[in-house]
Amino acid sequence: MTDATTTGPPPEGEAAPPPASPEQPRRPERAGAAWLPDVTTTLAAIGLALVIGALLIGLSDEEAVEALPYLFSYPQDFFSAAGRAIWDSYSALVSGSVGDLDSIGTTLVRSAPLICAGLGVTLAFRAGLFNIGAQGQLVVGALFAGYVGFTWDLPAPIHIVAALLAGMIGGALWGATAGILKARTGAHEVITTIMLNYLATKFLLNYLLSKDAFQRAGSDNAQSPAPLDSAILPSLGTVHAGVALAFLAAVAVWWLIERSTFGFQLRAVGANADAARTAGMNVARVYTMAMLLAGLLAGLAATMNILGKGDSLSGGMAGTIGFDAITVALLGRATPLGTVLAGLLFGALSVGGVAMQASAGTPDELAYVLQALIVLFVAAPALVRGALRMRGQGGATTVMAKGWGS
Amino acid sequence: MTVTLETQTGEVAKVRGPADVRRQVKMVVLFALVTLALAIFYLDIQDPAVRYLLDNTPGEEPQEANAKVVVAVAFAVSLVALVLAALNKLPPGALTVAAAVLVGLAFLVGFIVWNYTDQSGPGQLTITNPLPGTVKYAVPLVFGALAGTLCERAGVINIAIEGQFLMAAFFAAVVASFAGRAEYGLLGGIAAGVAMAALLAVFAMRYRVNQVVLGVVLIALATGLTDFLLSQIPSDQDVRDKLNNPQTLGPLPDAGIPFLSSLADSLTGIPVLGPTVFNQTLLAYLMYVSVIVVAFVLFQTRWGLRVRSVGEHPKAADTVGLKVNRLRWQAVLLGGVFAGLGGAYFTVGSNGAFASDMSAGNGFIALAAVIMGRWHPVYATFAALFFGLMTTLSFQLKFIEKVPSDLLVALPYLATIIAVAGLVGRVRPPAADGEPYVKS
Repeated sequence: MTDATTTGPPPEGEAAPPPASPEQPRRPERAGAAWLPDVTTTLAAIGLALVIGALLIGLSDEEAVEALPYLFSYPQDFFSAAGRAIWDSYSALVSGSVGDLDSIGTTLVRSAPLICAGLGVTLAFRAGLFNIGAQGQLVVGALFAGYVGFTWDLPAPIHIVAALLAGMIGGALWGATAGILKARTGAHEVITTIMLNYLATKFLLNYLLSKDAFQRAGSDNAQSPAPLDSAILPSLGTVHAGVALAFLAAVAVWWLIERSTFGFQLRAVGANADAARTAGMNVARVYTMAMLLAGLLAGLAATMNILGKGDSLSGGMAGTIGFDAITVALLGRATPLGTVLAGLLFGALSVGGVAMQASAGTPDELAYVLQALIVLFVAAPALVRGALRMRGQGGATTVMAKGWGS
Repeated sequence: MTVTLETQTGEVAKVRGPADVRRQVKMVVLFALVTLALAIFYLDIQDPAVRYLLDNTPGEEPQEANAKVVVAVAFAVSLVALVLAALNKLPPGALTVAAAVLVGLAFLVGFIVWNYTDQSGPGQLTITNPLPGTVKYAVPLVFGALAGTLCERAGVINIAIEGQFLMAAFFAAVVASFAGRAEYGLLGGIAAGVAMAALLAVFAMRYRVNQVVLGVVLIALATGLTDFLLSQIPSDQDVRDKLNNPQTLGPLPDAGIPFLSSLADSLTGIPVLGPTVFNQTLLAYLMYVSVIVVAFVLFQTRWGLRVRSVGEHPKAADTVGLKVNRLRWQAVLLGGVFAGLGGAYFTVGSNGAFASDMSAGNGFIALAAVIMGRWHPVYATFAALFFGLMTTLSFQLKFIEKVPSDLLVALPYLATIIAVAGLVGRVRPPAADGEPYVKS
């Protein structure tokens, strides 16, 4: 993705790819059962991460650690204690996240913002942009959606649509800022999105939450009122309509990337910006639009908690969704379907992590270690296959801009 | 770019491309804005008396200055630069950079002085030298930027600086607590930084993981692992004292380290610079040395030339017999040393005990400094110092309330965006950055 292709003819003997051909080798992977090795490798990666997680659980269990000094004389003490701890933790993890309908609902609700924000990162990735700014876009989207949600007085369906649109517009504005700066001045999106994150979280959020327009009546806390009932998304049990919106967004992003003209331009620019420019595409416009849409999706993610769960705006409302979204998008190999699956996995792990701490007393930080290990192993198929002596070589590539873009 | 053409009659005509015009317009607009702002500052001042401290030493008496004179001088400087830029007398290169730096300085001085004018009452605040704070806040950023520069010059993208910081901060705290001396914590930090670098290297080169993915994952891993390990430290105070209650580094001149302390003490004697730049911890001194060492090693030694060639065109480097991946390993591990030192700043260098997620995004700012500094150790250092200066100013000016304090919080980030969009513009990474090399 660097400008190695800009000057002169490619050197002899090197298979210099023609402009859009990095797309071609991936074609067969999608067809037929060629992606099957990919799935087994991914499952193996998850298994391997769980094994390492089990080691950590075993070693952090007090009984097991007490039995450790006499491991060689009474091994059964250690192994039974550690085994019990591991079994308790993992069964709590599973039953807490997908054990019954309620917990499945919680998992879906937790996954929905991750999926949306992850789709934003995915979309930008395909244009060769590394969007670290999901967090900032999310915060601005939440501010917009929240404001419309608790001040405007509209009948229910219109209010919901207005608040949703406001959230998406807020995120899109913040995302487009980075895109325009990149397109007009060449300012690197990694720098600008990092700085815009700080501007949103440290400045805009704190500043607005200290103003009367955003504060609860009669309160000086940095917390807004909850959105009005007419702006709350309808829900079925614990699952609100935002979850459906997240899946719809995934389908829309898939269509946009794979089937639309703009998507073609997006992928062309992502594969080789110089070649795309030579082919007559407006690279600046693609960058701006890609960041705008990425911000829009992050803004949609922001509405999930505000309008779905009825949360009020506060300092910690966005958590780390924006940063987790990067990991989700990368684990999903920058494809819409992958992002959805990765988002579901991350949602399940974080819901299950809480359950694990509640019932088995295993620190819920372990869930984050597990998340990271899973992504690491999924991203390194060679390692997993080497460790498990698996055959085959498919899926060795992750599909994104390799370098920094230009 | 400017092209020189020789016409048929033999006279030399200079052709200016659209890029030149755009550059000039950008510069004129920027300089005009600064000049305008300084003019507004000048007109706004009612009571020009300000007091300032240059050294920040305890016994120093504040001195008086006339703010109107200072702002007028700053105004004159930026006006001259504006006129030169408008007349196109500033060719690209050193002269332009000097003019931009001068105008920037003029604006900063004018802005700071203006902030301190028109204070009423006896509790008049005194302008203090922002340099000590600048160096202090820049320490982890500079170390992180050096780590990033080394890795990326060799062709390995390092987004995981934040993760290296976190692990290093944790293990620096643990080692320093265990050993009972803050200096040993630096060794713990270095070890953790190098270990993270080794992870980065093994996955980037042996398993050829996409390096952007890898960086993000390593950050997540470091965050999770340090939180997990922190939760495993028992709450018993005696144990905690041994594991997560380190001493912190004091200013080097008082630290009582043989030779180094006396050397630092004599450096502190230099007027103005001494008490501000040299009354710092051991880490800051290591930072000064590291910047010089990295710049020298990368650009003046054979190893540095090889590292850069491996980052630009690994195939060519391989053809002339260089071991591409071995060089990359060396550069990444060396980068880990600096990242480790930068991480140690957060515990033994400033706050003491490790707390969850305590590097607070500084690794990302270091990454921004690498890009802003165009993958050059010295420029990246300046970018980090710039950020440190803005952070210091946002703290110092908060008490005056001339500019709303909420806006001051935004100052470092806004200033960076303006600097990147207005001055730095398009940057070019090392050509093979992020591409694993497979010998064919």
